[in-house]
This record gives sequence, C-alpha cells and structure tokens, in this order.
Amino acid sequence: MSTSSAVLSVEIGMSLAQFQLECSFRADSEVVVLFGASGAGKTSVLDCIAGFRAPRHGRIALGERMLFCSERGVNLPVRQRHIGYLSQQPALFPHLSVRQNVEYGLLDQPRPERDARVGSILERFGIAALAASRPAAISGGEQQRVALARTLVREPQLLLLDEPLTALDLRLKSLLLEAIFDWQRERAVPLLYVTHDQTEAYSLSRRVLVMEMGRVVADGEPRQIFSAPFSRERAALSGYENILDAVVVETHSALGTMTCRVAGTALLLESPLANKAAGEAVCLALRAGDILVATSRPSGISARNLLSGRIRVVEDCAGMVELRVRSAAGDGPETEFRVHITRGALQNLGLETGQAVWLIIKTHSIQFLRN
Amino acid sequence: MISPLLLSLKLALVTSCLLFVVGLPLAWWLAFTGFRLRFLVESVIALPIVLPPTVLGFYLLLEFGSRGWLGAFWQRFTGHTLAFSFEGLVLGSVIYSLPFAVQPFTAALAAVDRRLLASSASLGASSWRTFWRITFPLAFPGIVTGFALSFAHTLGEFGVVLMLGGNIAGRTQTASIAIYDNVQMLDYQAAARQSITLLGISLVLLVAINALNRKRNWRLP
Repeated sequence: MSTSSAVLSVEIGMSLAQFQLECSFRADSEVVVLFGASGAGKTSVLDCIAGFRAPRHGRIALGERMLFCSERGVNLPVRQRHIGYLSQQPALFPHLSVRQNVEYGLLDQPRPERDARVGSILERFGIAALAASRPAAISGGEQQRVALARTLVREPQLLLLDEPLTALDLRLKSLLLEAIFDWQRERAVPLLYVTHDQTEAYSLSRRVLVMEMGRVVADGEPRQIFSAPFSRERAALSGYENILDAVVVETHSALGTMTCRVAGTALLLESPLANKAAGEAVCLALRAGDILVATSRPSGISARNLLSGRIRVVEDCAGMVELRVRSAAGDGPETEFRVHITRGALQNLGLETGQAVWLIIKTHSIQFLRN
Repeated sequence: MISPLLLSLKLALVTSCLLFVVGLPLAWWLAFTGFRLRFLVESVIALPIVLPPTVLGFYLLLEFGSRGWLGAFWQRFTGHTLAFSFEGLVLGSVIYSLPFAVQPFTAALAAVDRRLLASSASLGASSWRTFWRITFPLAFPGIVTGFALSFAHTLGEFGVVLMLGGNIAGRTQTASIAIYDNVQMLDYQAAARQSITLLGISLVLLVAINALNRKRNWRLP
C-alpha cells in the first residue's frame, strides 16, 4: 500500500441547522489543528471528509484522488476513501477480541502479511498482552489505544482525529499524542486534529485553523492567532456578551495588569497587561458567564474586580438566566453588565429585580478587542 | 402417515426458516431506511397480530383457491391447488407469523450502535461484510428470539390452518387442529396428551430464548 504523502484540499459548502457552512483549506503532510467552539462546524467538516455525510456543493481531494466533487457527481463511499477516523468513543467491536478488532481492516490481506502487520502494531502500541481480551475487559485508555492501532494498521492516507483523547487523563493523553505524532512524522500524511480546547490547540501543532459559525476565520501559528486581538464582530459571535469601551488609567508591568476606566463612568477595572499606554482608548470584552454574583460584599477572594450594582432585569433564557446589572462608582454614571447564572443559583440566592448585588470579575477573563 | 404433532413441527420449522430468509432483509430495510412511509409498511406487517386468524385465513383461502390469482398460478405449475395443501399452510403461516419474526429482527438490528457501523465502513468494510461480521453477530440474540417466536407461534396456529388447510389427516391436520378434533369427539385423553406436549415444547423454547438472551448480552465499551 502506498504511503506517499498526499495533499488534502477541501472546498465545501452546506447548510447546517444554525448557519451556512462554507469552508476551504489545504493541508500538506502536516498536523493541522481545527479549533473552534462546539457547534462551530468542525465535526461536520470531518464527517464530509470521511464520507459520513455529503456537503451540498464543493470538492474534496486527497492527492490525486477525488473524494467528493459536486460538479462531476463524485462521492466516494466511506469504505473506499482510505482515511483513518478516530473520535472520542473508541467504538471497538464488543464481540471481537483486541486482535480481531485490529485486524478487521486488513481482512482482504493474505494471512501472513496481516499477521505481521497486526503483530507489529500491537507491539508498537504496547497492547500485545491484551490481544485476546474483549474490549469490555480493558481500560478506557487501552481501548483508545486499540482503536488507534486498528486505524493506523491500515496505513491511512489521511488521519482525522475528533477530540479523541478528551476522556483520558493527562498522562495517558500525552503518551498517546506522542505515539500519534511519531506515526504521523514517519508516514508524512496530513493529520487533522479537532479540538475546542485552546491549550491543546496551542501545544499540538504549528498550524491552527480557527472555525466560527461554519467558516475558517483564521489560519496560522497558534501564538500569532491567539494573541492577536480580535474584532468586535468576532467577539460578539464568539459569545462575548459584554463589550465595553474603556480608557487605560495606569499600567502595572511588574504585576502584568493594567487599570482601565469604563468610558463615560468612573468605574475602574483591572485587566491583563496589553501593549497600551495610559490615556489610550481600549475595547474590552467579557463573557456573561464569566461574571460571578454575590449578595453581599465578598472578602478574602482572589478576584481583583468587585463591583457593586443593582439588578435591573431578570430574564429567563434557554437553560439559564440572564441578569442585567447596573453598576457605577459612587454616584457617577452607570454602565450595564449582562451576567449569566443558572436557575439554581437564582433560586438559591433569591435574586429579584431591584436587588443590590456584587459582581466579581477575574482580571484574566477580560479580553482586548481590536479598536 | 405423518402424525399431527410432527406435521406441526415440520410446518413450524419450514416457516421459521423461510421467515429468517425473507424477514431478515425486510427487517434490515426497516431498521436502516430513511423512507418516510416506513410506518405504513410496519403497520401492514403487524396486521396479523390484531387480525382474527379466521379473517386472514378467509382472504388467503380466496387467494390460494383455483380462482385466486396466486392459486391459479400455483395450479398451472404444480397441478394441484395451493389451498388444502402443505405448501399453502407454509405460505399462510409465513404471512401469519411475519410480525413475530420481523419485529424482533428489526428491534435487534436497529439497536446495534451506529458508531460501530461507521467504524466498520471507515475500516474499508463493504456493507455485506459489515452486516455479517458486525451487525448480525451483535443482533444475534434478537434474531434467535424472532426465529423462536415465529416457530412457537406457527406451532400453535389454529384459525388460519383451519380456514386454509381444512382438516386432512397426514396432509394438513396439525396438532392444534387434532386437539380440537379430539375434544369434539370427546376423546379428552388424546387431547390432553397432545396439549401437554405442545405446552412443553412452547415452554422449553421460551426458557431457552430467555436464557440465551441473558448470556449473550454484549457490554459495549
């Protein structure tokens, strides 16, 4: 079987429940992280490449092979795509032993070759001792290793990993990642790794594609992507409910923080340090779910921003409660914060309109936007 | 001459084997189709559960007789009518017991985790291989249940056989009809003998199915 590296090129469009997916990118024999919030369309893209669903239009090619092309009416069945797919669930065949699971994808190969390949991959992933066990009898980490061996033993020309290690503990995770990346380096095939975890996206690869609402909105090195301030539009799309104009009052480079005053008020917020000077205008973004509410002034707390305010509106949204809280410094002009809490918290604290509350905001939950 | 009990067993075995062959593809289609009118097909298949056997038998008699489309066709090829023959009983029983095979088959096939089927496809397996290596073994307890239920149901069949086969000793006289006959002739001893045998067979069959289903319950990882 050929293991020559093939370039993956994707250019697809389809309607999803929430939005229109329009996505195009290329991947060489490299590790590419597909990063985005859940529901951004990452898994749909993977499913289209693997062949589990068909986009409405576009084309997907792997090297010379056309996997999907709406113009030419090509839609290669999953079984002919020769792509390795691994998701969070190992999906091992429960009635087959570990060895039978691993050799499942090689049943067309002559017996001696099949045995040799299965034997060597079982050794490589340290599961040779489990060969006769049933999946139910081995641990979650071992199951995922078996699933990986079962996928890789076929020498796929492309590897798709959909948050495959989310359920595992850190030590197991790093061991498996090492095994996967070693394999990728040897075979030099493209590897797409889907995650919604920013830390993972940072550490896994030198190339990250950021997906939002079915579109690739950024493509590049993780450091450059994640430190770049993003636009107001993107902040609103990514679920930053509070966007505040502010002015830098003072920078504390030794502490890594700055003090900002919310524009038009005397309200001061401590934010992470940014490349700004005192007096400069900035734009701050804050998720409604990142603000805590207390009914009395908290003490002995590490959060640096404690604001007193009054509840103006209590609104029941899907699955949670949105509070609109007006806050001001002293008798100065007010500004309004949107705060998300659970129904349980609302009942527990007995919150209602007009009530005085304290808002607690961690310094690092404040993000800067591009002005 | 074949005894009523042996005739019943033969009829039940032939019927449940045919239902395996006919019912499995039908169940597979029902379990995996995206067809919007699937519920209509399911209703038609389930009809024999609620329909009085005499009603079903009556329509089958009309159809199997020499004036029926199927009956005429059969007569042209074999020289005898489908009604009042063993073949007619088999065909009637297949229709009568269809839901007892197809419903457990469908439930068992539909319960197989779709992710396993997706894995199988992405590992290069054809639909045929996926069915015989993954779907079928995992649905096996339900398939055995369907096989045994259709067997037991055919074994105890009365109304359809009476309407369709009459009561011809050695040809269409099954155990349940023989019991009825014996009671009519006040031969309670013979009726009791045949009844206890049928009861025993049915009970053993059901116990065996349940024991099997308890043992072959794959735990999914």
